Amino acid sequence: MNNWAHFQHGADIGVRGFGATREEAFVQAAIGLTAVITDPESVAAVFPVTIACQAPDDELLLVDWLNALIFEMSTRRMLFGRFEVVISGSELEATAWGEAVDVARHHPAVEVKGATYTELELSRQPDGRWRAQCVVDV
Amino acid sequence: MDLSRLERRSEVEWVVPQSGSMRVPAIIYASEQLIAAMDDKVYQQATQVAMLPGIVQASYAMPDAHWGYGFPIGGVAAFDPQEGGVVSAGGVGFDISCGVRTLHTGLALADIEAVKTRLADTLYARIPAGVGSTGDLRLSAQEMDEMLGGGARWAVARGYGGMADLERIEEGGCMVRADPAQVSERAKRRQRDEMGTLGSGNHYLEVQKVTRILDASRAAAYGLNEGDIVVSIHCGSRGLGHQIGTEYLREMAIAAPESGITLPDRELACAPLQSDLGRRYLGAMGAAINCALANRQILTELTRDAFHEVLPHARLQLLYDVSHNTCKEETHDVDGQPRRLFVHRKGATRAFGPGHSELPSAFREAGQPVLIGGSMGTASYILAGMATTGSERAFASACHGAGRSMSRHEALRRWHGRALVDDLAARGILIRCPSLRGVAEEAPQAYKDVTAVVEASEQAGLARVVARLEPLICIKG
Repeated sequence: MNNWAHFQHGADIGVRGFGATREEAFVQAAIGLTAVITDPESVAAVFPVTIACQAPDDELLLVDWLNALIFEMSTRRMLFGRFEVVISGSELEATAWGEAVDVARHHPAVEVKGATYTELELSRQPDGRWRAQCVVDV
Repeated sequence: MDLSRLERRSEVEWVVPQSGSMRVPAIIYASEQLIAAMDDKVYQQATQVAMLPGIVQASYAMPDAHWGYGFPIGGVAAFDPQEGGVVSAGGVGFDISCGVRTLHTGLALADIEAVKTRLADTLYARIPAGVGSTGDLRLSAQEMDEMLGGGARWAVARGYGGMADLERIEEGGCMVRADPAQVSERAKRRQRDEMGTLGSGNHYLEVQKVTRILDASRAAAYGLNEGDIVVSIHCGSRGLGHQIGTEYLREMAIAAPESGITLPDRELACAPLQSDLGRRYLGAMGAAINCALANRQILTELTRDAFHEVLPHARLQLLYDVSHNTCKEETHDVDGQPRRLFVHRKGATRAFGPGHSELPSAFREAGQPVLIGGSMGTASYILAGMATTGSERAFASACHGAGRSMSRHEALRRWHGRALVDDLAARGILIRCPSLRGVAEEAPQAYKDVTAVVEASEQAGLARVVARLEPLICIKG
């Protein structure tokens, strides 16, 4: 069973990540983001990219995190399959591992334009797990 | 949608009267069938837009409206800068100036059928589309700024198309108030490899056949005859526009409390038109519009080249180019007085009617062409703007396309890309796309009935139906 999921939104797609910590939920949301484009299992974790962002609250930080990944995917023409995230206060530092897009192997379904504030939520569930989600524009 | 909260004013006009925090009513144009099927979020979002400062007359939703970001997709709202009116990055969206252009080809169906597979393959090979694709053009920093300031005018000066194209583009192909200095380095970086690319998702390039003329005199004004072959390109401002949308949405959402704006939804992030942030966004948005116009101009040249390789006697001439995610400064008559307003059209198309001074002389009598993309595999339509002084509705706006009726998630559950491609091929429609999953998400049945949408638009007095187009070849990213 995945710790990430997609949820319905009219024109686009919601991504959702679950984890024991906020960081883990952010990691799973990032896997969910990759899954919008391709099967995350098909992405080799070869090349690391470091990411740093900062936001006035945790939910904006989640959107910034996903948008930072979208920027790196777009400008490097890469896909990412593995992530490590550390959040200290309002700052996030992370490494994302991935490889160059290979259309023949990854069959990318769609390009993600940006992460939005629609259905944006970072919260603790009754079972204690963190849930991080938002809709992404494709 | 629960219709009990709406007042029905006519066959196709439904009103949410002003109440509570709404400053104006919300008005939805749709047939009973279309509105009953609309998701409830359209009601929620249209009424939330009606709460924004400086909004004039009403918050509108078009017949193809569906759940969007802050604004419904298919949303129209105009603001007066002198009444504390706002500009909303969410109300323009992530794909600034996404739009459609349609080109005549001078060809007939028999010309296409003789070479259809080869034409499809040549277009697919020459038009960069989808994730990982890149354009051939690499701009220096100075050239990037020139492009952002010049739009399609810049592209023509660089050899992409000719001057005759420019009068067939809104704004003459260039937003004069664009300010490249308001575009971040990150946005420019994101655009660096994307000049002349199609994108993915619901973007496409389609070779189409005019199957039906519904308004003979307007079709004649547009140069359209039954049996004509045309090409339509649906695409926007690429990575640059997406990055500008992302950055300004964030800045506006964070700054809103300081301007005393209470956002009913963070996605409605906006700033007063007469604020530094509002002005900076308009400058950046203008640059993004220019980027989209330049991009469609470059794609047109690539399309012309592909056609000439396969059909040397083809002559691709631009009919018109419209945008459907913009905020435009326009003068409109409100209660008998002309007022300068900033009109947001989010998934809605400008539809200037007969006599409008901004139209090229060829269209002065007919009204503006309004190009409506259907879903892949069904039909598209060309409409004509109907608005005249005293009869204008929704600030001379109309629908933009069929609008989705089902999420991508649901579409994937129901359909398989391979079966769809084969089905369409059996009907004579060739699809070229790097991803079968992408095809399934764009399944025709995941969209509303475009015929119902355009008929409701005509009934509502927004735009007249002129011609029906059906696809022959569809290139997707």
